[in-house]
Amino acid sequence: MKIPGLDVEFAPLPAPVPVWYGTVSAQEWSAAAAAVRDEGGRLVAVWAGKAIEKEATSAGESRAEAIFSAYVTLDGLFWLVLPLTPQDGVAAYPDLSAVFPAASRMQRAAADLSNVHARGASDARPWLNHGAWADHSYPLLQPIQNLPKPDPQALIDYPFVRVEGDGVHEIAVGPVHAGIIEPGHFRFSVVGEKVLRLEQRLGYAHKGTEQRMTQFDPLQAHRLAGRVSGDSTVAYAWGYCMALESATQTEIPAAAKWLRALMLERERVANHLGDLGALGNDAAFAFALAQFSRLREDWLRGSKAAFGHRLMMDCVLPGGVKNDLTRDQADAMVQSCKTIEQEVRRLQEIFEAHAGLQDRLMTTGRVEPALASQLGLTGLAGRASSQAWDVRCDHPFTPYDKLEVRMATHHNGDVAARAQVRFDEVFESLRLIQRILCELPNGAFQTEVRLPAQACRGMGWVEGWRGEILVALELSDAGQDKRIVRCHLHDPSWQNWPVLQHAVMGNIVADFPLINKSFNLSYSGQDL
Amino acid sequence: MIWKVVQQIAKSGIRTEPAPDIGADAQAEASRIQAELLDILGQALTIREVDAGSCNGCELEINALGNPYYNLEGLGIRFVASPRHADMLLVTGPVSRNMETALKRTYEATPEPKLVVAVGDCACDGGLFGESYATCGRVANVIPVDVTVPGCPPPPLDILRGILTAVRRRVS
Repeated sequence: MKIPGLDVEFAPLPAPVPVWYGTVSAQEWSAAAAAVRDEGGRLVAVWAGKAIEKEATSAGESRAEAIFSAYVTLDGLFWLVLPLTPQDGVAAYPDLSAVFPAASRMQRAAADLSNVHARGASDARPWLNHGAWADHSYPLLQPIQNLPKPDPQALIDYPFVRVEGDGVHEIAVGPVHAGIIEPGHFRFSVVGEKVLRLEQRLGYAHKGTEQRMTQFDPLQAHRLAGRVSGDSTVAYAWGYCMALESATQTEIPAAAKWLRALMLERERVANHLGDLGALGNDAAFAFALAQFSRLREDWLRGSKAAFGHRLMMDCVLPGGVKNDLTRDQADAMVQSCKTIEQEVRRLQEIFEAHAGLQDRLMTTGRVEPALASQLGLTGLAGRASSQAWDVRCDHPFTPYDKLEVRMATHHNGDVAARAQVRFDEVFESLRLIQRILCELPNGAFQTEVRLPAQACRGMGWVEGWRGEILVALELSDAGQDKRIVRCHLHDPSWQNWPVLQHAVMGNIVADFPLINKSFNLSYSGQDL
Repeated sequence: MIWKVVQQIAKSGIRTEPAPDIGADAQAEASRIQAELLDILGQALTIREVDAGSCNGCELEINALGNPYYNLEGLGIRFVASPRHADMLLVTGPVSRNMETALKRTYEATPEPKLVVAVGDCACDGGLFGESYATCGRVANVIPVDVTVPGCPPPPLDILRGILTAVRRRVS
């Protein structure tokens, strides 16, 4: 397989989704970005590879072996590898952010964690390291047998971009927020009520997840993967398991595939119900919060009854799923889908007929399709701005190939559009869940995963409720105990956080919570 | 329009009731919590939630406390936007090193009685994330903790029990 316009041959990886893997030179690294852009493709992730021992230096010093990028075109997912050769002690690679602006923060994170630097990047400020660890001690380069002692420094004073002019002042918010949400800092530059500029500083929830992954047994690490972002636990656990099953060439039983999809759709509905209520609430329509949070609670209790956990944590396992459903459970679930659908339809009518609410939602926080495409807006928010990508539709694997998912899109790109896409996706997921329950195959729902003796790699790619989750996994050979040497977990929030900065420009400060909620991005997922 | 809203409210009815899986005890407990809160504090309880680095799973369940089933505000417990207005901090997550200072400052800004409830396995003992270059582990490693609520994430009623236990323990 090739990317049109790039003379590099990519080899397929065994996975339910089309994933292609290939090594490139520095020149091809840049050419690939341009070729993908010209094809209308997208950048998904940039991350540094595993640590290897440095050549010709004192023992124990490590460096990152390679820099990776992942692109999506209509043909599938391309995993590019650029081996790094440090010059004068600095490992550098050509910057991608000039072609794909979304690369910028990912490159800055890779520099903080793995000492690899984007040559020519305009922004080289630290991103995840706020002073928690020493500059010269790169967390992902430390050998597992010899973990460094924590070395907290004084907090770094972050150089925000200043907006100057008559009457411009700054509003600083966070990291401890007023609501019950995750930590992050927002710096608004405003004139009167109007937001001129928003700059985010994230990384407060950085818990060393990727480093921690390397300390887990590959057959247990799905538990940690399922806690990268709690609201997407099924998507992450499935992404990790898909990567592991891809690396170990494990074929899972049919029932397991269907049950995973069932859980993923349940997770989507649960989050959308929560968000729709919160959106109403942020527009002072408390009725919506009471109603939707009631439906969400019913739904979570349904998940608890069927899978033993309200959020379905640890229900997707390597090789399958934790449990099967009894006929009674399936029937009860079909019934609850029908009830919830009726209730949500009624609430949607109220949403649409409520002039005061619509006035707050429409034209607020607008991201035009052209801007969305340029900045790489992805997932649900992307679909609300005409970015019609959805792994379940673009590359349907079992059971999605049988279900024919109807993609929800909108072209207005405002808060109302993002609410509309949520409504549409709730109805579609409820339809999918009922189809799955009707056609759920019988039989085994788990199989054994055997780790191969040779080193291997795999990729997982799942459409979570927020957008696509990517998991890239590398396992070592039997000589090194078949452990995880590198696992990168990518959240769609990486792409969408910077777009939020654009979405609020020109809006009033009071609309920020509403706009922010309409994206509902993960802090933990991008901070890792 | 408003007619539809009223109709929907009437149709939904009052859903505040004991969680079905624990039966009548919960209703009794809810009433007792309310009575004890008034006895102990002589006023409503205000809480500032601090996510010190969680995966957001605990936040989902803390938010659920506000839904009509648990009806937290009906018990006289309210989440407030500033630690300066709070009787209690509800802290989640392994405390990330990037949040350590913010958590300490939030604690300092909270007036007495400065109750602290650590919610979730990570907040209790570091959870799956443990202590590392990036996390300080459990909340008690950073600020004094009155009560821990284990679970990943703990269900809403467990969190509610933890809140009451902290109030009760501090006063007796």
